Formats: sequence, structure tokens, C-alpha cells
Amino acid sequence: MTAPQDPRSLAWTIGAAIVVVLYVILLLGVESQLEIAGLLAAGIAAVAVAARFGVVARLGRFLGERDGLLNALVVAGTLAVTAFFHGDAFVLLLVATVIIYFIACLGLNLQFGYSGVLNFAGAAFFGIGCYTAAVMTVHTAVPHLLILFAGGAMAAAIGSILILPVLRTYSHYSAVITIAFGLLFKIFLEVNDALGGPQGLRVKGMNVLGWKFNSNIDIGGIEVSFYVNYIVLGLVLLALAFTFVRRVERSWIGLNLDAVRLDETAAACFGLNITRWKITAFTLGNFLIGLAGALFAMMLGFIAPTNFTFGDSLILVSIVLLGGIGNPWGLVVATAILIVVPEKLQAIQEYRFLLFAAMVILILLFRPEGLLPRSLRTYFPGWRAK
Amino acid sequence: MDVGLLGQYVMNGLMLGMMYALVAVGFTLFFGVMDIINFAHGDVLTVGAFAALATILGLAGIGVDSPWIQLAGATLVAVTTMAALGAVIARTLVLPLKGAPPLNTLLITLMLGTALHEGVRLFYPQGANPQRFPSLLPTDAYSFGHFTLRIDSLLVLTTGLLLIVGIHLLINRTKLGLAIRAVAQDEDTAKTMGINYTLIVLATFAIGSGLAAFAGVLHGLYYSEVNFAMGLLLGVIGFSAAIVGGLGNIYGAILGGFLFSALQTIGVLAMPFASAYKDVFAFAVVILIMAWRPTGLISEKISQRV
Repeated sequence: MTAPQDPRSLAWTIGAAIVVVLYVILLLGVESQLEIAGLLAAGIAAVAVAARFGVVARLGRFLGERDGLLNALVVAGTLAVTAFFHGDAFVLLLVATVIIYFIACLGLNLQFGYSGVLNFAGAAFFGIGCYTAAVMTVHTAVPHLLILFAGGAMAAAIGSILILPVLRTYSHYSAVITIAFGLLFKIFLEVNDALGGPQGLRVKGMNVLGWKFNSNIDIGGIEVSFYVNYIVLGLVLLALAFTFVRRVERSWIGLNLDAVRLDETAAACFGLNITRWKITAFTLGNFLIGLAGALFAMMLGFIAPTNFTFGDSLILVSIVLLGGIGNPWGLVVATAILIVVPEKLQAIQEYRFLLFAAMVILILLFRPEGLLPRSLRTYFPGWRAK
Repeated sequence: MDVGLLGQYVMNGLMLGMMYALVAVGFTLFFGVMDIINFAHGDVLTVGAFAALATILGLAGIGVDSPWIQLAGATLVAVTTMAALGAVIARTLVLPLKGAPPLNTLLITLMLGTALHEGVRLFYPQGANPQRFPSLLPTDAYSFGHFTLRIDSLLVLTTGLLLIVGIHLLINRTKLGLAIRAVAQDEDTAKTMGINYTLIVLATFAIGSGLAAFAGVLHGLYYSEVNFAMGLLLGVIGFSAAIVGGLGNIYGAILGGFLFSALQTIGVLAMPFASAYKDVFAFAVVILIMAWRPTGLISEKISQRV
């Protein structure tokens, strides 16, 4: 895909990326609550002003035609932030958490955004990945990289129990099925002694060929927090997952999924196998969520049922909705906002469920397409919908 | 099995069923007029129960000691405030999203529910812990063998039955009920007949939410305890009960409520060793029933217009 070259736009874009990275570093770096609140307000104001003068729209269009550049900028930006905070465990934990949640939300996006299959048990599938990792790292000698995929496979397998009920029902009925499953999963974990009950389980850290992820690294005399390991691995997995999701979206599979979401009856009339596409999206989505969960468990080293409540499922759904359903780029922004802001702004930590709920209600009332709405497919460079 | 003990189980099942039925009727009423599911319904119940509790404590604080006045006052406050809340929800959140994709309505009510119970948790004093709900009803009991008939259970059950009969009369014998049924059957025709659609939707939400508040008071009296998270469980069970009976069908909802409590009681009876898994069992049954009859035992009429 060769878009018309424009060196000035390119320079502007890279400039904007540097500004964003500096802003993120500043935001993650400051400690005082007042400064954080001020920075957030300044950020919102800056975005509003930029949007007013059409800068955001132009940037979006420029980057929308250059996926590769955007990918490179995000990876470079994340690495820059990581390098800056190489010794600060708390900030790096946040960065890694954002990456892992992003992977999970990509999975949820496959379900909600493309095929329109509802899943309000995101936290439960995430939890399945976590518990798989916990049991397998402690009780088996399976290579740890494989365990990540086992976590995803387990989530997909347990999710397949739900396939029949979810397929036979639609909209609110299937929502209730997934809600019931999410509640069932958490209650089951709490009353089940074999899986640690309410106290939870310990998880061993990632260990690839003797490279222990959970010990700090020493590069040329500089102490680097062990979270950097997980950030790098997370980025690799994220790149794989992201490329995969984007490829699916752009391919005929993505077209079929969109058709199924937009109008099942019409899609069926055109000979699409609705059942097949729904199963595909549901299983693939759960796989990604479980994969993210397994990595998350290994990073934290400890998991308990309270991490997987219905509220957490709703946060995952909020991220997808806030970012603009179906737009994987929106997820970056939304994940960062929903994970980082309550952690940094301790004053609102306690109120985060309430605030997220209020935020989603406002978004639904006034901007139902999300912060960064999904754009129309463009198969020809430079083509724009009239 | 001893007959007395069996009677005890039946009594408990009836109490539970009454609560579920009251919640389910709300779901089915909303679905009838608007074709939407209000997932905040369970949390409206929670807020109602806490409103009642606050009223009782407030009345006790200003020196009103008679349990009857306390109870009447609490019920009145809970039902009226929740009815008002229901109307506000319909006005500000549900009606503006009419015509939007079902996912949006679903999410907005889910998020509203979260906001409601988080509000209770954060802003009610000590809201994160379970609160004791005073037992205001006389606790006299008559024993027949293993069967203890408690007066309070009997009173609660009778009130609940009267309420259900009242709803039946309201829907079938009054002009308001006629209008609600008309809107449920065909919104456009109802409008051309001069029915104020918005008003009817608000009234329906008020009635349903008032019923939920009443169920919340019952819940408090029955378990002597309320907590901020109880709405989610009751909401899902009430919704399932409404589905089992067929959404949009009031008698189906009542039937579904009692059926669901019967299932739970049978589950506990059949597997006493696994009583910790009682809720796991209940939710598994919900999923199974919906997989078997996706739109309920008495099916909802679906017509797809292409």
C-alpha cells in the first residue's frame, strides 16, 4: 500500500508522538495528586483544542492510511517510556498491566466489535487463564511459554460450554447467560477448596530456558526492574495478537463477521454460516482473553477470586465501548485511561467503578460510537467515504 | 422425609418465590412496554432496601418506637422513592436510547446498576459491610412437629399475595392497566388512540420499581440483613424467572418466580452435601433452561421483519 508521501505530515506526526510520549512520562512520573489532576486537565484541554482546529482529524487520517507507522510509533513510545522508568517497579507494573489488558480487550473486541457476540464474562475467561497458569506452573513442568497458550486454550475450551446457549439466544438473553456464567465462575472459585478457595493461589513466575522473568536484570551496572521482561514479552504477544486481529478484520473473515453483526437475517440470506462465524469469534476472543490472563497471573505471582468479579468484566466491556467498538486503536487510549488514571489518582481509586459507570452512561447518551469510532473499511489508499 | 420438615422447606420456598416473582414482574412489565431489559432492576431493589433501612433508623432516632409505624413508614418511603427513581431512569436513560442498538440499552442499564450499588457502598455509612435489618414483625411461632409456622413469614407471604392480586387488578381492571396493555401490544396503534406513550412508560417503570422496593423490604425482613451486592444476584434470578415464564407475560413471571425457588429448594434438598454450591447450581440451571428454551417456557412471540 503506497500512500502519497508527504514529508511535512510525517514530521508533524512524529512530533505529535514525541509530545504524547513526553506527556505520558510526565503523567506517570509525578507523585503529587494535585499535579496529576492538573496534568490530566491539561491533557484533556490540549486534546479538545487540537480537535477544535482539526489537528486530531488530520493526524487520524494520515495515520489511518499508514498502519505500519502507527504501530512502530506505539511500540517505540512504549519502549521509550519503559527505558525512562527502568528502575521504577510501580510504573512498569502499570505499563505491563495496560499491555496485558489491551491483549484481553482485543479478544473482547473480536466478540463485541466484529461478530456482535455479547460476552459479559470477560473477567471470568481472564480468570480461567490465570488459574490455568497457576495450576500448571506449580504442578507441572510444561515450558512456561506453552502455558500461556494453554491458558488461552483452556479459556476457549471452557467457553465452548457456553457456545450452545449463546448461539440459541440473542441480545439480552445471551447477555444474561454470560452474566450468569461470570457469577457462577466467581462463586465456584470461592467455594472450591482445590483451587485455593477465597485465599487464592500462588503462581510461579515465567521462566524461559533458564531466563527467570521474576528477577531484576543488571545491564552494565544499571539495575532494571523485572517488569521489563514482562513488558517486552507482552509487547511481542501484543504485536502478534494485534496483527492477527487486524488481519482477521481486513480479510473476508472480518467482512463475514461484520455482516453477521449488522444483520443476521440478511447475512444468512446471502449464504453466510452464522453459527460458524459466531463460534469462530467467540472462541478466538476467549483464547486471547485467556492468554492475557495467564501472562498476568505469572507477572503478579498471586491470584484470588476477588480479581474476577462482575465489576471487572464490566470494566473490560467499558474499555471496548469507550475506545469505540470495533476499533483496536481506540482500545489503546481507553485501556490506558481506565487502568492508569485510577492507579495514579489515588483519590478516585475507591470510586473507580462508580466513575467508570457514570462515564460509560455519558458516552452512551452523548457519543455512542466511542472516543475513536471505527472508520469505514478502505481497501484503496486515499479512498474516502463521501 | 418428615412431613413437618417438608412443610418448612415449602414455606421457605414460597417466601423466596414471592420475592423472585415480585422482581420478575418488574422485568416483564418493562419488557412489555419498551422491549428492553432493565438490568439495573436488581440494584433498584438494593437501593429500595437501604432506603427502608435508613427510614427505620431515622424514625427510631426521632423516637417513633412502634414497629408497625416504622415498617409502614419505611415501606412507604422505599416504594415511593424507588417508583420516582424508576420514572427518572426511564425518562433520562431508557427513552433517549429508544431506537439505539439493543447493546447500548443493555450496557446503560448495567452501568446504571453498577453506579447504584457502588453509590450505596460508598455513600451509605459503612455501606461496604452487610447491614442488620431490624425484625419489625412479631416473632411468635406455632410449632407442629418439625414445622414451625412463624407469624412474620405468614404476614409477609399474605402481603406479597395481596400485592400480586393488586397488580393483577391494576393491569386488568383499570384504565391505566388497559393503556399499559395497549402499549405493550402495539405502540403505534396505542399512540393513535390518544394514549400518552411517554406517560405510560414512566408509569410502568414506576410500578415495576416500586414492586422491586417492596421486594427489597421483604428481603430485609426475611434475612434480617441487607448488603450492597444483593441486587445483582436477585436481578439475575428475577430476570431468569421472567424468562422462564416468557417475557411480557405477567402470570408467567409469577409462575417463573415460584418455579425458580422450587428448583433451588429441591437442589438443596437433593444435594445437602453441596449446599455451598447452591448458587452455582442456580446459575447453571439458568444457563441450561435458556439453552433448552431460549425465550422461555411460555415463548415470547418473535417476528423478524426483514
